[in-house]
Amino acid sequence: MANINAAIEVLAQAIIANKELLTDLDSAIGDSDHGINMARGFEAVRAKLAAANSGDDIGAVLKLIGMTLISTVGGASGPLYGTAFLRAAVAAQGKTAIDTDTAAKMLEAAIGGIKDRGKAVRGEKTMLDALEPAYAAFVQGMAEGQALPACLSLATAAAAEGVEYTKTIIATKGRASYLGERSIGHQDPGATSSYILLAAVTDYAKANA
Amino acid sequence: MKKVINNAEQVVEEMLQGVVLAHPQYVKRVEGFDVIVRANSPVQGKVALVSGGGSGHEPSHGGYVGRGMLDGAIAGAVFTSPTPDQVYEAVKAVDGGKGVLLVIKNYTGDVMNFEMAAEMAEADGIKVAKVVVNDDVAVENSTWTTGRRGIAGTVFVHKIAGAKAEKGADLAEVQKVAGKVIANVRSMGMALSPCTVPAAGKPSFTLADNEVEIGMGIHGEPGTHRETIRTADETAEHLLNKILADIAVAAGEEVAVMVNGLGGTPLMELYVVNRKVAAILGAKNIKIAKTYVGNYMTSLEMAGFSITVLKLDSELKELLLAPADTPALVQF
Repeated sequence: MANINAAIEVLAQAIIANKELLTDLDSAIGDSDHGINMARGFEAVRAKLAAANSGDDIGAVLKLIGMTLISTVGGASGPLYGTAFLRAAVAAQGKTAIDTDTAAKMLEAAIGGIKDRGKAVRGEKTMLDALEPAYAAFVQGMAEGQALPACLSLATAAAAEGVEYTKTIIATKGRASYLGERSIGHQDPGATSSYILLAAVTDYAKANA
Repeated sequence: MKKVINNAEQVVEEMLQGVVLAHPQYVKRVEGFDVIVRANSPVQGKVALVSGGGSGHEPSHGGYVGRGMLDGAIAGAVFTSPTPDQVYEAVKAVDGGKGVLLVIKNYTGDVMNFEMAAEMAEADGIKVAKVVVNDDVAVENSTWTTGRRGIAGTVFVHKIAGAKAEKGADLAEVQKVAGKVIANVRSMGMALSPCTVPAAGKPSFTLADNEVEIGMGIHGEPGTHRETIRTADETAEHLLNKILADIAVAAGEEVAVMVNGLGGTPLMELYVVNRKVAAILGAKNIKIAKTYVGNYMTSLEMAGFSITVLKLDSELKELLLAPADTPALVQF
């Protein structure tokens, strides 16, 4: 990818633009703050990146993002996304460009971080229901020899399906789990924000291929 | 949205400034953080207690910072768990060398953020222990959920574990008595009207004029079901029966009772509820050692209430009745 700082700006814009959608989804089954918290976190990321001028070391930029999200988002999504970015940072350490292989490793590490911190697995109506199928689709695209933007497109499409899938299942993790069967029919806000992030990365990769 | 605020983004900051200005004899601010601690922190040679959570539950938790209860409290964004760096600052500010007990309400985010903070503090060599409060019987406790939520019963944990720490107990003893409170405390609430998170600008749910939500959480999370409003006596009986179905209290045993307002309920109505609670317990020959009626764990301007019952033994009773001197709870 061409420029990590430009890519992150696209992510921040996508989250901030969807602040209300994420909050509305959360008010149906959670505590109505997901969009507000994520937007606050990515506003802070923007400010930190501008101030730090951390150059093009992708690992360093992702680490700064992880730390910023942990200290500004709060709730469950702060530690979860923060840990995801910190783990992805390790996978991208010292890189100034991302190839397909590195991207797969980053995604894998990020998902591992979310699982460790959240003690969740796929099928519990969480962000993993978007991210795990996305990773599988990405790896399959890679095995077929597709380029990074195409692999990301496949991943995003799988994440979108994962988000749809969350409507059909009962939440067993997070605040929505208190609803039991009443959580069916509602789309998971965390899975949705994961989809939004992936879709934004994909758009950026396609535009800058 | 109609609120007495200046700016939704500044609500927590401006509230904290107001708290410190109102109660300088009790609390001070940890500069640069959304943390308030006892004015004389760190108290040397005493186990320190730290709690916190999203804002919007005032007087929880900052109102309980003072002698006999908490040493520090962290105010997250409204209804949002505080971040690990904030909790870490609170721990560092209150540690008097005997360790710090974190009192956490059982929500996924709170548990994760406090655990991360504990890891950071332990890396500095500070002894940290934690307890997770899960008193809400509205939520089924099974492996299929995150577990019961922590609500108003948390105040009893602050009170009793705080009294234990004040007596000079060590960290393991304070943690143990906090665990005993958690094992013996049960709560359940209901809501008549929703609340509005300032940054969201609109209510998190809606209820029809004659409709109430039973089992409502303290963040506007949906409860167990909705029903047409009943009398205070019928509602109190329903909630209390759910509580007593969950924890066996025999005739002759003693309890503490809390009838807690969620922010928008007149004290008049809370006392009406308390009358029925006392009558039901009296009919079962359950003794009430102490009753608390008021706004202890609120949910912004939500109308509604919760009932909490804490089963007492001699140790819990003695610690509950011990003195406390904090902005929101004073007893001699």
